[in-house]
Amino acid sequence: MTFGIIGRVILTAFFCLFVLFLYGPTLTIVVLSFQGPDGGLTFPMNGVSLQWFTRLFETQAVGDFGGALTRSLLLALIVMVVTVVISLAAGLAFRRRFIGSSALFMLTVASLIIPSILVSLGIGLLFNLTGLDPAWYSSALGAQLTWTLPFGLLIMFAVFNRFNRAWEEAARDLGSSPWQRFRHVVLPIIAPSVVGIALFGFTLSYDEFARTLLTAGSDNTLPLEIFGMTTNVTTPVLYALGTVTTGLSFVVIGIALVTMAALARRRADRSG
Amino acid sequence: MKASYLQAAPLALILGVFLLLPMLVLLVVSFFDYDSVQIIPGFVLTNYQEVLGSAVTWRTYLNTLRFTVIVWAITLAVGFWVSFYLAFVVRSQVTQLVLFLVCTIPFLTSNIIRMISWVPFLGREGLLNTALLRLGLIRAPLEFLLFSDFAVVLAYVHLYTLFMVTPIFNTMMRIDRRLIEAAIDNGARSWQIIAHVVVPLCKPGIAIGSIFVVTLVMGDFITVRLLSGGQSASIGLMISNQISLLQYPAACANAVVLLAVVLLMIAAILRIVDIRRDL
Repeated sequence: MTFGIIGRVILTAFFCLFVLFLYGPTLTIVVLSFQGPDGGLTFPMNGVSLQWFTRLFETQAVGDFGGALTRSLLLALIVMVVTVVISLAAGLAFRRRFIGSSALFMLTVASLIIPSILVSLGIGLLFNLTGLDPAWYSSALGAQLTWTLPFGLLIMFAVFNRFNRAWEEAARDLGSSPWQRFRHVVLPIIAPSVVGIALFGFTLSYDEFARTLLTAGSDNTLPLEIFGMTTNVTTPVLYALGTVTTGLSFVVIGIALVTMAALARRRADRSG
Repeated sequence: MKASYLQAAPLALILGVFLLLPMLVLLVVSFFDYDSVQIIPGFVLTNYQEVLGSAVTWRTYLNTLRFTVIVWAITLAVGFWVSFYLAFVVRSQVTQLVLFLVCTIPFLTSNIIRMISWVPFLGREGLLNTALLRLGLIRAPLEFLLFSDFAVVLAYVHLYTLFMVTPIFNTMMRIDRRLIEAAIDNGARSWQIIAHVVVPLCKPGIAIGSIFVVTLVMGDFITVRLLSGGQSASIGLMISNQISLLQYPAACANAVVLLAVVLLMIAAILRIVDIRRDL
């Protein structure tokens, strides 16, 4: 398409500015977390040191960094597995119409759209009224699933919209069982997207704040710990924490993208 | 056929227990009474009378709506042109995918850290003020940059533009390229193609993005809390304050009203644009 050379240059510049806008602030935090021992929360850098990172592991600097990190990672893993299994199953179900399918779809979309604080408050009160103790592995797990499952299901919809059923029909004609068709035909084709759902499940849970706030009970997850720090920590240790969790997210995203690319390539090699 | 029910059951179960039931609890508790120490089960309308009868609520709603409209307009403009660049200016599919991922990745990192990261940038001695002072463009540091409505709007745009980009990019990629060639052959100028071909065909994507942005801003409380410096209020923050004062029935009544307002706004968007064929 044309759209003139000037228009294209302007749009390219605009996009570059947008990317700078997206990443710039995070980069400042990363730089500032290497602040020298006497440095403050803003520039200029007073030397360079790793001391804010070592401070992270001292209990007085951050409430309970190790415990919160462990809980957050464990919870993210659980949410990831549950999100993958349930969205995959539901995605398969939605390929056919069934009674209540549109109601369930509306409910899933509602789950995404209802303000997080309402979900948090509702689940917190539900546990309160029924006398159950809220905890990160029960109420917070449920609260986070209301956020990750809609994304999982929408990804499944996108996948099955483009799915060619001829492969499955061929397998059926060759006498395969439903399980064999799923395991050897459907799953290999959708594998990269399943990794995508896992990525969403893990990272959205790992960073979730609003829905976890009133549902985590007495033990904090990492985002809750970070939120607590924003009000009472006035040293670059906060930035060090930001750098560590953002770095961790990037590692997870990297692993997921490499896996997705490898799966896609393997399939291309086989069918080519 | 039976298989469908088994496959959909876990999703229905989880959303039933952790979404539907909690919303019912909100509705029920909003009619409860309370004093300074406990919730008293009952059926009173005082919580709603207090929510709807207080001038503070109305002012807070007005302020929240103001944020929503401003953020919606900015994210729509930015999201449209970013998507347009990705869909129509970038030619190679690989570049398209890579650049789209570049836009998506921040969404998968911590929102709170992304909000805090504006502090060293916008503060009195922050990067922006220092740069402007050195360039001689200002004489004294600009105070309105941080802990202000400006900072809140900036953070919203930073956090939520992706929710506009994804659906708009998605609808743009589905536009039949022959329609645009036909427009060119008929002598349409670039802006005419955008106004009469691209925008009308993008409407469902714009509507989906708008629903996301509107609901996210209407329900937010963290951004306002962290970046307005106590200068501004939002309905979400009001609810969160009532929760910390243990005024659960009041918070629930407020929550039910907020839910109703948000659903009405979505209904209004859906009346204007039909998104069904894009779901």
